[in-house]
Amino acid sequence: MRKEGAGGKMVVLGSGMIIVLVTMMVLTTFLAYSGIYYPYNPNLAAVNCAAGKLCAVPPSPKNIMGTNQLGEDIFTHMLYGGSTMIQVAILSVLICLAVGVPLGLFAGYVSGLWDRAASLAMDSLYAFPGLVLAIAIASVLGTGVVNLAISIAVVYIPSYFRVVRSQVLSLKEYPFVEAVKVAGARTPHVLFRQILPNVIPSIAVIGSINVADAVLTEAGLTYLGLGVPLAGVLPDWGWDIYYGKTLFLSGAWWAWFFPGMMIVLLAAGFTLIGEGLGEVWNPKLRR
Amino acid sequence: MGLKAYVATRAILTVPMLVILTTIVFLIVRVLPGDPVLLHFGKQVNPQAVEQVRHILGMDKPIHLQYLDYMAGLLRGNLGIAFSNYQPVSEQIFSAFPATLELTLYSIIVAVLVGVLLGARASSKYASVGDTSIRAFGIVSYAIPVFFLGLILQYLFAIYPNELGHSLLPATGRISAGDAPQGGEFFGVHLQTGLYTVDALLGGSLSQFLDAARHLVLPSLTLGIALSGVFIRITRSNMVDVLGQDFVTAARGRGLKERTVLYSYGLRNALLPILTVLGLQFAALLGGAILTETTFAWGGLGTYLYRSIEGYDYTAIQGAVIFFGLLVALVSLVIDVLYAYLDPRIKY
Repeated sequence: MRKEGAGGKMVVLGSGMIIVLVTMMVLTTFLAYSGIYYPYNPNLAAVNCAAGKLCAVPPSPKNIMGTNQLGEDIFTHMLYGGSTMIQVAILSVLICLAVGVPLGLFAGYVSGLWDRAASLAMDSLYAFPGLVLAIAIASVLGTGVVNLAISIAVVYIPSYFRVVRSQVLSLKEYPFVEAVKVAGARTPHVLFRQILPNVIPSIAVIGSINVADAVLTEAGLTYLGLGVPLAGVLPDWGWDIYYGKTLFLSGAWWAWFFPGMMIVLLAAGFTLIGEGLGEVWNPKLRR
Repeated sequence: MGLKAYVATRAILTVPMLVILTTIVFLIVRVLPGDPVLLHFGKQVNPQAVEQVRHILGMDKPIHLQYLDYMAGLLRGNLGIAFSNYQPVSEQIFSAFPATLELTLYSIIVAVLVGVLLGARASSKYASVGDTSIRAFGIVSYAIPVFFLGLILQYLFAIYPNELGHSLLPATGRISAGDAPQGGEFFGVHLQTGLYTVDALLGGSLSQFLDAARHLVLPSLTLGIALSGVFIRITRSNMVDVLGQDFVTAARGRGLKERTVLYSYGLRNALLPILTVLGLQFAALLGGAILTETTFAWGGLGTYLYRSIEGYDYTAIQGAVIFFGLLVALVSLVIDVLYAYLDPRIKY
């Protein structure tokens, strides 16, 4: 009676979107920094604008998505503007993996006082409004790709910790773990070679949803003026919205709308992968 | 363990959480590299003036004494003095809070209504085109930055109609200029909540109520829709579970209408997980509120936090962040207790 789930299709669709977007970012970053192709240099575009004159031009055959207040082509921004965001998001997830997963493995495995202390600290962090905490950290650490990634990672480490810990709690009672222990394996071997592989599916699910969350948090921080400062030749979707806000009343919707849609695509791609994987791997949801 | 004991234990467990939380925030703001006073005043200020400010703010003491001062102040509801105007931070937070509360309350209503109705509908049309499009809507609403959605709605329903000469909905603010409702007298007591829709009704002014409500439409739709995705997902997956159970088949077998089966049998039994998610989403709700408020110039805590960031006002940032944390801790306590009351199966 029940049809095959949509999980597989969601993973394929999401992966397709992400592959296209990431390829585009790598390619454009390379083209821009090597100076091979960068049709509208943001530093040069301003020269074309008379001082005090609004240069935002609506979409036309010449600029299919219009230009912003500096006369920069929005379509170029769409192609070139994702690199900071994706760097911050990926780096923050790597930090989460490096801290949250070992901590969760260890806490779940040894139990006792260490586990309770770690759980309490993680629960306190988890209960915190993520964006607010990221704001606090980013406002003190200052902006930059690494600082921003740290600010965002702190917020999401507890999610990894909780998921990994709860899985370890049940996994460690399984006979295969007992068997390895009896055979004389050391704790690191049991944790990383025996238990970790069984936790990877859950990590993959929350990891991909977390990239989406990280993208959105990074965009939010940028919207509040805490983003990685614009430098060099690359534009940024988050800053496009931040500055687009100032064009709001003049009606130049194209200057913030198209870059914003790119953020939606990026976040949606990762969300699709996460939800799809969850459905494929979780027998309860697979119908 | 009985219900009372559970509630007491749960409440006591909140205390160490709050201590850890406030300590973390203190550490972040005061101990991480970067001197808040210097960051606030820039480098041009003469050293004497900086020392004076440090003294006024109590930041010339050793860090552990500052920590004790701060914690002792917290117990008395004192969050320190703002850098920018030397006013008590707690007073500023309390005056900004009702605006945020009003926005979040209406947003929750939107999120739950949209989420539960669409989720229930998706489950009844399982794996059909309708189901797929509702899920797609859920994913997009999850993936769209809340401030971006805000800008879109603001442009479509306020700015663009204005350009055409129609005033459809106000783009910013909580109420038309200079018109804040003052509440009303009841049995000799002056009641004022700071929630403009409530205050307008207390004051008996329908026009003020409608004005406040018109201002609420876009911000609460923005925040509500952005949060509805989670509710769609949880309602849908729980309903699909419940609708597959024997008692639902039995109800269908007795010839009940599909609508009755769906809402009275299915939805009723899927409500508890929705309540849990509501508690978990409260933190996300506050985060979203900050961005929504910034978009709609809504004079609440989010705007306060945004201004504090812009002005490098660290005591204000610290205070607002801690207030958000306390709020979330309290709400999750209430939700847990509520959950225990509502679900007789829970054994403590």
